[in-house]
Amino acid sequence: MDVLLDNLDLYGPGFLNTIELFLIAAAGSLVLGTILAMLRVSPVPIFRAAGTLYVTILRNTPLTLVFFFFAFAFPLLKIVDAADFGGSAAAYYFTFALVSLTLYTSAFVCEVVRSGINTVPVGQAEASRALGLTFGQMLGSIVLPQATRAVVPPMMSTMIALLKNTTIAAGFSVFQSGSISLNLSERGENQLIGLLWVALFFIILVIPMTLLQRSLEKRWSIAR
Amino acid sequence: MSASVLFDIPGPKARMRYRLYAAIGIAVLVAGIGFVVYRFAASGQFDAAKWEWLQYKNVQTTLLDALWNTVRAFLVGAVLAMVFGAIFAAGQLSDHKVVRVPAMAVVELFRAVPLVVLIFIFHYGIGLGAPFYSVVAGLTLYNGSVLAEVFRAGVLSLPRGQSEAAYAVGMRKTQVMTLVLLPQAVRAMMPAIISQLVVLLKDSALGFLITYEELLYQARYLGGIFEFGRPLVPITIVVAAIYIAMCLLLTWFANYLEKRNRRSKKVLELEAKPAEDVVAAAV
Repeated sequence: MDVLLDNLDLYGPGFLNTIELFLIAAAGSLVLGTILAMLRVSPVPIFRAAGTLYVTILRNTPLTLVFFFFAFAFPLLKIVDAADFGGSAAAYYFTFALVSLTLYTSAFVCEVVRSGINTVPVGQAEASRALGLTFGQMLGSIVLPQATRAVVPPMMSTMIALLKNTTIAAGFSVFQSGSISLNLSERGENQLIGLLWVALFFIILVIPMTLLQRSLEKRWSIAR
Repeated sequence: MSASVLFDIPGPKARMRYRLYAAIGIAVLVAGIGFVVYRFAASGQFDAAKWEWLQYKNVQTTLLDALWNTVRAFLVGAVLAMVFGAIFAAGQLSDHKVVRVPAMAVVELFRAVPLVVLIFIFHYGIGLGAPFYSVVAGLTLYNGSVLAEVFRAGVLSLPRGQSEAAYAVGMRKTQVMTLVLLPQAVRAMMPAIISQLVVLLKDSALGFLITYEELLYQARYLGGIFEFGRPLVPITIVVAAIYIAMCLLLTWFANYLEKRNRRSKKVLELEAKPAEDVVAAAV
């Protein structure tokens, strides 16, 4: 307990930064992932190819490598000037942690959304067209409500994974819960206890999300 | 493409529109790739000097050693994770509460803690010595827990008749599990298991954070060498290509198995594939 209370100035900002990283990256990857999914199911071949290429590359690359690219290699390309971040290295690394997480997770979000859309039988759309519904009505009252059931539970798993993945930023100069222990050792604290507190933080966040996800999955799978 | 829910089969007007979109799409794509190539060229990433190091013999051996370290962590981790998964799946399916509840708790616990934190606990907290052990321990516990869920879902998705018939023939509980249920479950879950192995392979890159000398670690080292012109960008491309190739190979293997499974009559058609959800979200 002492390790936690004596170092609240580390734990507080660390946990907050983790949650901030998670929330922004979650919003970003949901938007980007949905756009990618639309590309992947679009009737235009070139859009499909672009979406598939993106998803294949990002899904088969370790997230650590994506971080690695943005932390070490990307600055050499001189596309973005470090001065844009007020010369602060912390702001630079935080932004690129966000970009890495968003780009990586959006590939998985895309797959979840796409497979969700694919679970709706084509007959549903045909039947609604036969009834004379417009495209908007069909999407809003026939296809999306059914797709949501298939999308939400796996999407929650993806988001849980994103929350846990934010800790990888510890290796790339971003201060968040993963890097607390590295700072603790400088203060001569017991690292094991310090890390167990971090683990507990994640357990408290993740287990309720997992339970909610399972109950949703169970409740919604009956209807099919 | 005719079988999409969202789009009708295009008529002549829509086909024209699609062609217009395609043209715009290609233009945007070409512009994007062009910009990237331009930036690479402008910052000198295509200079021969930045790529020459790839020809050096000892650089190649360093990279091969690093690749072997990655593969070694993957192989040991994969085998141990399978064993861990099998044991804890059996524990979760046990009839005895004393076994079932702790097994479930352990699986939930290791799935909830980020792998980075697990590896840090082993490396900095407990101090397992060489980084290799911490990486393998982390990979085993995390992926083993996920695999335990996969195995369990596989066994549960088998028709009840399978175990009932086995009991009726007079088999014991252990026999029913090892001779009847597990072989079928593993077969049915093979694609899911291999997707999880892809995750394990990718996660081995986390060894970079605790200075395990795998691909990324050596990439950082080679990329910083001044005599080679600090080829960080080229080496990132090379390492990414290696990872993508390895993962695609595994994925291809999973698809191959799935296809073969679909042909063979030994696999039961399962009504639902619950483990697909476990793994679809394997990030």
